[in-house]
Amino acid sequence: MTHAMNLTMPETPARPSHKITPLSAPYWEAAAQGRLLLQKCASCGKVRHYPRMLCDACYSAQTNWVQASGRGKVHSWTVCHHAFHPSFVVDLPYTLVTVDLEESVRALGRWRGAGLVIGDAVVAQFEQRSEGPELFFTASPRTE
Amino acid sequence: MTLRDKACVTGVGETTYMRGSTQTAFELQIEASLKAIADAGLDPKQIDGVIPIGIVSATAEDFIDNFGIPDLRFSALVPHGGASPVMALQCAAAAVAAGVCNHVLIAFGRNVTGAAATKAGARIHTMPQFHYVTEFEYPIGNAAPAQIYAPMAQRHMALYGTKVAHFGEVAVAHRQHALLNDNAVMKKPMTLEDHANSRMIADPFRLFDCSLESDGGAACIVSAAERAGDLKHRRVFISGTAAGHPDQPGAITQRPDMTSLGIAKAAQRAFQMAGVTHADIDVAEIYDCFTYAVIRQLEDLGFCKKGEGGPFVEGGRLRLDGALPTNTHGGLLSQAHVWGLNHIVELVHQLRGDAGRAQVKDAEVGLVTGYGDLGDGAVAIMRRD
Repeated sequence: MTHAMNLTMPETPARPSHKITPLSAPYWEAAAQGRLLLQKCASCGKVRHYPRMLCDACYSAQTNWVQASGRGKVHSWTVCHHAFHPSFVVDLPYTLVTVDLEESVRALGRWRGAGLVIGDAVVAQFEQRSEGPELFFTASPRTE
Repeated sequence: MTLRDKACVTGVGETTYMRGSTQTAFELQIEASLKAIADAGLDPKQIDGVIPIGIVSATAEDFIDNFGIPDLRFSALVPHGGASPVMALQCAAAAVAAGVCNHVLIAFGRNVTGAAATKAGARIHTMPQFHYVTEFEYPIGNAAPAQIYAPMAQRHMALYGTKVAHFGEVAVAHRQHALLNDNAVMKKPMTLEDHANSRMIADPFRLFDCSLESDGGAACIVSAAERAGDLKHRRVFISGTAAGHPDQPGAITQRPDMTSLGIAKAAQRAFQMAGVTHADIDVAEIYDCFTYAVIRQLEDLGFCKKGEGGPFVEGGRLRLDGALPTNTHGGLLSQAHVWGLNHIVELVHQLRGDAGRAQVKDAEVGLVTGYGDLGDGAVAIMRRD
C-alpha cells in the first residue's frame, strides 16, 4: 500500500546531506548503528559536543568516544511551521527540541511526542533514513 | 590610551531600500559608498582605509580599482554577520586613533530577494562560521535564523514570563517609525493584533517578529577626530565602543546560557569608555533581527535586569515619544535589512539633528548595537559635538 501511495504522490526532495568531517566521522558512524557518541578528553575527562579538535579545559587533542546514556532533560524547543528547505514541507509542523544530556552537553533533535515543558525527562534515539541518521527524542518512560 | 572621542563618523550614505532590486550587491555597495563619501565632503581618492562588510561583494582591491585610491593604507575584514558594521566602527576607530590612516570607508550591499538560492534558509549553510549548524542541525530541519533563534526566545518566555504582546510592542514601535521614513520598505500601519495574528514561522516567532529580506546598500566614513572638524557636518564622536562574543559561539544549542549574548560582555566596557550612563542615552538603534533580540539586548546592555526586558518595552517606551526611542528608522524589522549599517546611519542623522520626521528632540548621546552569527555582539556610544 505504501508503495502504491508513493507512485501517486509528488516526489519529496531529499533532506540536506550530513556534512561529515574527519573530526566527526566517529559520531556519524556510531549514529548509523543507533548509538549516540560524545567526545571525552583523554587527558582531563571533560565531555564536549559538538566535536572539536581541542579540549577547552586542558587543550589536549586526545579524545575517547564514549556512548551517551541517551537520557536528558528538555532545555528548550521550537515548533516549526514554515519549511526553509523543500524537503521539510511534508513534516510541517515539526518540533525541534534542545536537550540537556546527562553528560552535561546538549543535543538538538526532532521531538516525537506531545507538548513540551522545560525539565521534562526525554530519551534519544536514531531513525535510519536514506539521507543519514536522524536524532530524535521521545518522552522518558516513567520510572518508579 | 582609550578610543574615547578619538574618531568621528563623518559621512553616511544609503541607497533606496527595496525588494526586487535590479542592481547587484556590488553596485548597491558602491552607490552607498559614493553617497557616504560625498556626505563627508571627501573625494573618493581621500579614502585611505576600507572595511568591506561581509565577504559577499566588493573587496578592498575593488575600491582601489574603482575609486583610483592612490594609497590605501589600511583594510580589514570583520566577519561577524550583523555584528560586523558596529565591530567595524571599533576597528576603524582604532586604526585612525593610532594614526594608521585618516578616513575609513565601511560599506555593505546586498541583493537577496531575487533567487531562492539567496534566501536566509539557503545562505547560512555556505558560511564557515555555521559549520556546526550545517553538520548537525540543518539535516533535521534547523535551517534558518528564525528556527535557530526561536529556542532562545522560547526559554526566555518560559523562565521570565515574556509574552507575545511584548514582542508585538517591539514590532509595532518599529513599524510606527518606518511610517515616518520615506526610505522604508514597509509602508502599512501595524497593530498589536496584526502582530499576534501574523502567521507562525517558528514558535514563538511569527512573521512580524522576523526582520525583512530586502535589497540595498549602506555605508559610513570613520575619520580621525582631528581631521573631522574640517568636513561638512557637525562632528559625531565615537565615544565608547566594544565587542563581545558568547561562550560557544558556533551553536546556540551548546551555549551555557542560551539567553545571553556577546553584547553582555561588551556593554559595560562601552559605557565606561564613553563616560556616560544609561540615563544619558537619548536614542538607541538596536540590532533587531527578531523582536526578541531587541528585548534581550536591552537586558544585556543593562537598561533593565535580566528577564525584565518584556515589561521594559511595555507602554510605548521604545516609541518616538517614549522614554527610550529605539530604531527610529524602522530597523531591520520595518525599514530594511542591511546588516544594521542602517542603524549607524540613523544614529548619525539623529545626533546631527537631521533625522526628519523621526527626529528625537535634542538628541545628544545615542547608542547603536550589532548582533550577528548567532550571538556575536558590538556596541558603540556616540555623541554630537
